[in-house]
Amino acid sequence: MSTHDTPPEAHTAVVSGDGPERAVARGAAAVELERLVSASSRRRRVPRWLRRATGPVLLLVLWQVLSATGVLQSDVLASPGTIARTAGGLFADGTLPSAMAVSVQRVAVGLVSGVVVGVGLGLLSGLMRTGEDLIDAVVQMLRAVPFAGLVPLLIVWLGIGETVKVALIALAAAFPLYLNTYAGIRGVDDQLIEAGVTLGLGRWGLIRHVVLPGALPGALTGLRFALASAWLALVFGETVNASDGIGFLMDQAREFYRTDVIVVCLIVYAFLGLAADVVVRTLERLLLQWRPTFTGK
Amino acid sequence: MATDVHGEVTADRAVVEINGLTRSFDGRAVLDELDLTVRSGEFVALLGRSGCGKSTLLRVLAGLDRDIDGSVLVPRRRAVAFQAPRLMPWKRVWRNVVLGLPGRPARETAIRALAEVGLEHRADAWPKTLSGGEAQRASLARALVRAPDLLLLDEPFGALDALTRIKAQQQVAEVWQRRGCAVLLVTHDVEEALLLADRVLVMQDGVIAHEQPVDLPRPRDVGAPEFTALRAGLLAELGVVAPQSPL
Ligand SMILES: Nc1ncnc2c1ncn2[C@@H]1O[C@H](COP(=O)(O)OP(=O)(O)OP(=O)(O)O)[C@@H](O)[C@H]1O
Ligand SMILES: [Mg+2]
Repeated sequence: MSTHDTPPEAHTAVVSGDGPERAVARGAAAVELERLVSASSRRRRVPRWLRRATGPVLLLVLWQVLSATGVLQSDVLASPGTIARTAGGLFADGTLPSAMAVSVQRVAVGLVSGVVVGVGLGLLSGLMRTGEDLIDAVVQMLRAVPFAGLVPLLIVWLGIGETVKVALIALAAAFPLYLNTYAGIRGVDDQLIEAGVTLGLGRWGLIRHVVLPGALPGALTGLRFALASAWLALVFGETVNASDGIGFLMDQAREFYRTDVIVVCLIVYAFLGLAADVVVRTLERLLLQWRPTFTGK
Repeated sequence: MATDVHGEVTADRAVVEINGLTRSFDGRAVLDELDLTVRSGEFVALLGRSGCGKSTLLRVLAGLDRDIDGSVLVPRRRAVAFQAPRLMPWKRVWRNVVLGLPGRPARETAIRALAEVGLEHRADAWPKTLSGGEAQRASLARALVRAPDLLLLDEPFGALDALTRIKAQQQVAEVWQRRGCAVLLVTHDVEEALLLADRVLVMQDGVIAHEQPVDLPRPRDVGAPEFTALRAGLLAELGVVAPQSPL
């Protein structure tokens, strides 16, 4: 079984060789050996962020070259340099910061409302049979309607003011939160519930100490989906009708073929989306540190 | 109470009384008209082939399985250490130990219970970082801290190395002697059963097929001839042909 029954020549072969893999004669069959390298030593050579930055940087360089050589006309797509200058200008005159503030506020209000509604309903139908019977079928039906399709109805109900945009975002965020909270609660390990029962936990104790913590990973996944949907709803709501915000800025730029401004707005959207994702990730890292998970290789 | 007929002998009062207990899964009776009595303060070990229904019986006694026929009488204060540790992964070890205790249990309570199983240094660890045996000991500490009248243990020493296992067995024996609770220990280890129990039961075909009182003085000596004789008898009862077959 062990190395003890390998012939002595085999040992010397292992020690003296220096290739990463060698075949060692072991009785009649050859055994292939593999050197297991420390994961940290293998990774440290080029820092990860540097490796990851290479792709985008190359793309930027290519883009600039294409623009400078005239292959890429500015009314199709402005060059990175122009875009950077435009961004600087928009920041300096306060257009962009105020537009960002408006958009972020919309998303925040919409998202909070969506969280309250989505998580609230998810809890009700996850924790109670009656809640499930009442709520789940309705939500599942509504889910089949794409939220953008509700815009005409929402406009009829709420007008074209601020409320309709916030409502659209809230609606978009509520569904993933509901679904994942509900699924998270229903996915809690039955064995742990049983353990909780034998420990003397009552209904509320079980909910608080077993069900809710167990449903948290699902709910946070829901939050991430909700964020993605919320941004989508924001872009949609702002480009359809708005008198301020990033979407409005973009819509205006479209009329004057200002591709540089459009790209700046897109970048701002992407940046805000990423920032929100970082917040959720941090939240996950803090709240789910108990979770044994695969962190990737 | 009906048991008062026996008079003042409270130590011998039954804390578990099972009559004609039947539990079927898909028409197959895993427990089939099973009768069992456990007296207060008695240490009972339950042996039996894998899949014969030991855990099922334990779940019934824990009150987790109510799809049963027959009558079952158990103390209100019960504690269980399951075959799998079943720690809440989102609570640190010490919080797992005191979970469900009335009031606001102090950390010291948990530490003391963990110290009993030699795990106080892992009190602040997440369950995911525990080794299999550590998790099992944490689960044992969680059961012991509840000071129950009936302690149900489902192979609680399964993942422990020989030395830790002996220590954990001593802990259980000590807690049992100090608290005077009744214990039902499910195990696959005949020696463990004989070391700890007042009475060893062998389960087969859904009933207690064999019962072996163990009247040896404690602490018991595995090498004593009486011990060896009992072990041989039980192994034969379990269907092991060669009585001296150690692994
Ligand atoms: N929920 C269930 N549904 C169907 N069959 C079940 C269920 N739970 C247990 N069984 C069956 O009942 C039988 C007894 O199971 P049990 O878990 O009590 O065995 P055990 O004696 O504890 O075995 P082991 O020593 O391997 O733990 C097994 O055949 C098992 O497959
Ligand atoms: Mg079992």
